[in-house]
Amino acid sequence: MMFRIQPAMLKIAAAAWLLGATGAMADTTLEFTQWWEPELPAGSLRAIMNDFEAANPGIKVTLVSGPYATTRDQISVGAATGTLSDVVGLDGAWVNNLNAQNALADMNPMMDASEFDKTQVADIIKVDGKAVMFPVASFVYPVFVNMDLAAQAGVTKLPSTRAEFLEAAKKMTHADTNQYGWVLPLSLQTPSGVQNDLMSWVWASGQSMMADGKPALEGKPVVDMLTFVKSLNDAGVISPGIATKTEQEKVEEFVNDRVGMMIDSLAHVNLIRKRNPKLNFDLIPVPVVENYNGKRGLPYASWGIGISAASKHQEEAWKLVQYLMSEKVNAKLVTLANAFPGNVNAKPDFVTSDKAFAKAFEIFKTGYLANEFTGLPVAEDLMTQFDVEAQKMLAGEQSPEEAAANAQKGWMAKF
Amino acid sequence: MTRQKRSHHRLKRAVAPYLYLSPSLLIIGLLMLLPMVTVIGYSFQNSAVLRRDPSFAGLKHYHAIFADPEFWASLWHTLYFTCMSVIFHMTIGMVFALMLNSDRINPTLRNILRVLYILPWLFTAVIIAVIWRLLLEPNGVVNSVLMQMGIIGSKVEWFSSTATALHAVTFANIWAGYPLFMVSLLAGLQGIPKDFYEAADIDGAKAYQKLIFITIPQLMPIIISISLLDFIWTMQVFPLIWITTGGGPIYSTEVLSTYTYKLAFSSYNLSQASASAVVILLISLGLTLFYIRYQKAR
Repeated sequence: MMFRIQPAMLKIAAAAWLLGATGAMADTTLEFTQWWEPELPAGSLRAIMNDFEAANPGIKVTLVSGPYATTRDQISVGAATGTLSDVVGLDGAWVNNLNAQNALADMNPMMDASEFDKTQVADIIKVDGKAVMFPVASFVYPVFVNMDLAAQAGVTKLPSTRAEFLEAAKKMTHADTNQYGWVLPLSLQTPSGVQNDLMSWVWASGQSMMADGKPALEGKPVVDMLTFVKSLNDAGVISPGIATKTEQEKVEEFVNDRVGMMIDSLAHVNLIRKRNPKLNFDLIPVPVVENYNGKRGLPYASWGIGISAASKHQEEAWKLVQYLMSEKVNAKLVTLANAFPGNVNAKPDFVTSDKAFAKAFEIFKTGYLANEFTGLPVAEDLMTQFDVEAQKMLAGEQSPEEAAANAQKGWMAKF
Repeated sequence: MTRQKRSHHRLKRAVAPYLYLSPSLLIIGLLMLLPMVTVIGYSFQNSAVLRRDPSFAGLKHYHAIFADPEFWASLWHTLYFTCMSVIFHMTIGMVFALMLNSDRINPTLRNILRVLYILPWLFTAVIIAVIWRLLLEPNGVVNSVLMQMGIIGSKVEWFSSTATALHAVTFANIWAGYPLFMVSLLAGLQGIPKDFYEAADIDGAKAYQKLIFITIPQLMPIIISISLLDFIWTMQVFPLIWITTGGGPIYSTEVLSTYTYKLAFSSYNLSQASASAVVILLISLGLTLFYIRYQKAR
């Protein structure tokens, strides 16, 4: 008997050892690189990962977290060396380059295989037909209005069109007391002002800076926007120091009652309240061109997510992406981040408890997310080029048409 | 056997110094030479770092850089920024060192001045950039004071105007860097024998003659050494310019370091950025060789 059992046991043990050695019995560990963890309340992203692990036995998630810029560099190098983490946090501005390196997996087949409901996500970022990124959380950019300055200036109706905005900005400007109607940050250090504070005027009116996948900067929408911004500058309603002003300084000026209006991320609401609890402000959508009644494009920055093409655990990685995009989990994550959801059915808690966020959520629901820099090659470089041409225009060195034509020439070289 | 032993002993004696040096050589090799050689290698590749199989590009990226007017503009800005900084660092450092070395100033006041004058040296480049951004912003203290004194009629956008931005960042760098000269020259001044001045007094030399014929010649080795080092360091200044102007407005403060940074992290053109970095390396290397030759000649 003993002799019969022993070989059987040995066989089982050998099989178990083999399975263990090949990893079949081991947990799958996913690596998830992102910059979100340091920006969320301590331990909150880890807690969401713990819930995911509990719901998906056999899958563990290791978070690789760092500041935004470090993560960007890490992902660039990882893509080049084939060591990109299984799941990666993405900014829309990066995806074109990463796709050119074949670093991101196409999520279309994964969506089809799992019968994923595509209508539940706010957006799917595609490059060359490949679904490479989902925006998990979106930080929209409405116009913040200092209501006390508006009331003092006699602005009773908040601007809805560009002409009304110019009038309101003029009324709020008192250069002798360092008070201005609008603030425009065009520092070359962080040229995101081009996206958030300039192109947002184009997108708000349902217009585009592109045509057939190519830049169309010489078209009417961009030239009109530049002409409008020039008119604001000529009217002296923009706070001085445009060419070196950063987003951070823009917010500081608004917080200190020095500007009446600014286009800014909703993510800054709590910061503004903390810096100046007495500040009475309201949010409005970015004003549009005359007689435009269509849906308004809402500029946004996002925390995107994608899967590495080199990942050996794409099936498990897709489970994590699905989990983060699911209604309840997405609502939980964006509530923690004070952002708007990537899942259209998710409703973050703060929209019912906070008046400002509730208003912004209304703007969000009635408009659509618009950021044409997402997916463009070397997006930051394109912004820098446009920034320089806009600076030249504001310095009186060229007309809006010339600025648009020069920017177009520079952009075409990058395409 | 004896010959064998002797040759073995000779070999040991020859190898011993290199063994002692090996830890330092290893560290220098890993931390300095390896990155340098890697960057030089990247400058001859297409799509360096970003592709797993970069192809050989020859001198293509160097041609591209030398054909770029922005590169020449940034080279000119770098030279202006560096030369003006070194000249003023030296002048201000010399004036303050003479002041702190003078017996005519009350010792208590001298000690207070010593602390005040050295303050800029204690701040990091980021703090200096933030301080000057606040001071020179259109609604800042400098404009306010100048307008009250009637020197300017309207607010000047020091960092945001192409007419003033390069001068403004150079000024901030001068403020940040003079203490190095001041401290070095003060040490040199205290080392000049008093006999020289006593002999000059007996000969009836005036103060400016003592300065020209005794002080400056005695300090000349320090002045040349520190000027060369300052030239090399200032040429590579990055954070001060990046934080104050980001190279703008309209490239008016673009220097070689910001030009290279933008190529690498804004355009993701790491091959051209490497070529630009190699150009900076060659300029610095030339100055370093000049410095070493000067030190040897002394």
